[in-house]
Amino acid sequence: MDVHLSWNLVNDLRQLLEFHFMVNALRAGTIVAIVAGAIGYVMVIRRQSFAGHTLALVGFPGAAGAVWLGLDASIGFFGFCIAAAVLLGLAPAGGSGQQSAAIGIVQSFGLACGLLFVSLYHGFLSGLNNLLFGTIVGVTDRQVLVLLIAGVVALVALAALGRPLLFTSIDEAAARSRGVPTRLVGIAFLVLLGVAAAGASQVTGSLLVFSLLVAPAATAVRLTARPVVGLVLSVAIALVVTWLGESAAYFSSYPIGFWVTTFAFGLFLLANGYRAVVK
Amino acid sequence: MTTPAVHLDHATVTRGGRTIWSDVSVQIPRGEFVAVLGPNGVGKSTLLQVVLGLLPVTSGRVEVLGQPVGRANKRIGYLPQRRAFDPATPVRGVDVVRLGLDGDRWGIPVPFAGRFTESGRARNARVREVIELVGASGYAERPIGQCSGGEQQRLLIAQALVREPELLLLDEPLDSLDVTNQASVSGLIQQVCRSLDVAVMLVAHDVNPILPYLDQVLYLAHGGALMGPPIEVITADTLSMLYGTAIDVLQDRTGRLVVVGQPDATAAHGHH
Repeated sequence: MDVHLSWNLVNDLRQLLEFHFMVNALRAGTIVAIVAGAIGYVMVIRRQSFAGHTLALVGFPGAAGAVWLGLDASIGFFGFCIAAAVLLGLAPAGGSGQQSAAIGIVQSFGLACGLLFVSLYHGFLSGLNNLLFGTIVGVTDRQVLVLLIAGVVALVALAALGRPLLFTSIDEAAARSRGVPTRLVGIAFLVLLGVAAAGASQVTGSLLVFSLLVAPAATAVRLTARPVVGLVLSVAIALVVTWLGESAAYFSSYPIGFWVTTFAFGLFLLANGYRAVVK
Repeated sequence: MTTPAVHLDHATVTRGGRTIWSDVSVQIPRGEFVAVLGPNGVGKSTLLQVVLGLLPVTSGRVEVLGQPVGRANKRIGYLPQRRAFDPATPVRGVDVVRLGLDGDRWGIPVPFAGRFTESGRARNARVREVIELVGASGYAERPIGQCSGGEQQRLLIAQALVREPELLLLDEPLDSLDVTNQASVSGLIQQVCRSLDVAVMLVAHDVNPILPYLDQVLYLAHGGALMGPPIEVITADTLSMLYGTAIDVLQDRTGRLVVVGQPDATAAHGHH
């Protein structure tokens, strides 16, 4: 493959879209960025970043196990992330330190299981890197279709939860007194978070999901206090860092996870700087 | 004759096998400002939960706004006990008030409804009106986490008021405020109570800052309840009996009462 950055936008774009695998990577990245940007924004408002992190990590043993059994990795990602979200939602609430300790233990056990599945499936060493840190090669047409369907369903569900979800997120007791089924809303949102984490994992890898799920949202939160504007901004930032990251990975020899995370972190720092100057 | 805003008839509540209070019979009249007082853990917040129908009574009867408990919740404004909003909470005061109006409706609002539809304009106008009523127009566009404690309480009171309730339940709204703000927020609640004819049940820790504004006090203690105008209920003998410890009630030159020695009151209100 002979590609190099010419700094001629038209020429570079033509190079970028020359190979089918890259078109698929851009399609998948676009879908995943929109979903993760939107759901990640609500996650940041709800302070559920720890739950999001857990769900992302749980996807890794799911995907590794699926590959070992000869199934699509995306089945493992979605299956494990959604199942873990339901379990997390049904766990007794309270947010005590004990609970987060228990979640931490489950996280590391999940990573260990993933490692086991990878070694059971011989000859999968590059696969380990791809599952943990992402790759732009090997996104299949079917995977794009699955991501698209999951993404559309998740966004429609997010819109349907809408106001009660925002109400529950910032003022749970008041929402409950107004008849909002806050527990149900919480569980439903965790499932959406599971879908977003599973989707993002397939682009950035399990360990770097936060570059799409948290960083754009955290950046947006620092720039605006309007919920709708914030959500749109979060999606826009996720899209920009994904497109830039995938292009950079294409024209360089470094993996996509590194680039997406670096761009996301850079924007986050800029937003913090902006706030420090303005305030 | 109008029915009382809240009517508890020989009501008993148990929680986790423990009787919180029993055989409580009180009536909160419409349009009156009533403080719910008593020692810690006596079930003051529980009383509000019962009035909202979130916690069933084990015996007795509860009627709210002339209907069986739980039926009239749309006509109740409730301000739960809470700490302050986190400084980083990325929503504005106006968004918080708005959620009181339509936060229980599924879906997202139609974009630009406030500009193009009649009902959208009406809702925007109602939010503005109630923010003005509580005197929060100056800071309603700021992120709520960056408002002061008193400003946040005013916005939350606006949230509770936005659907024009007939009964307002406020759970320790003054707790995190300094003395000046306690007085001004109490004054605002009294003004709301008078001008909109809303009955108010306000759970408080310390009676002194709200005393000048109250119509009645409701003391919960030792499993039972005692209610009446402050001048009748707030006496040294009654309070000492309720709290099971020596409490004095002083009267200043203007006839204002000051409770001294109440175990839960803050030190700022004096010792002797």
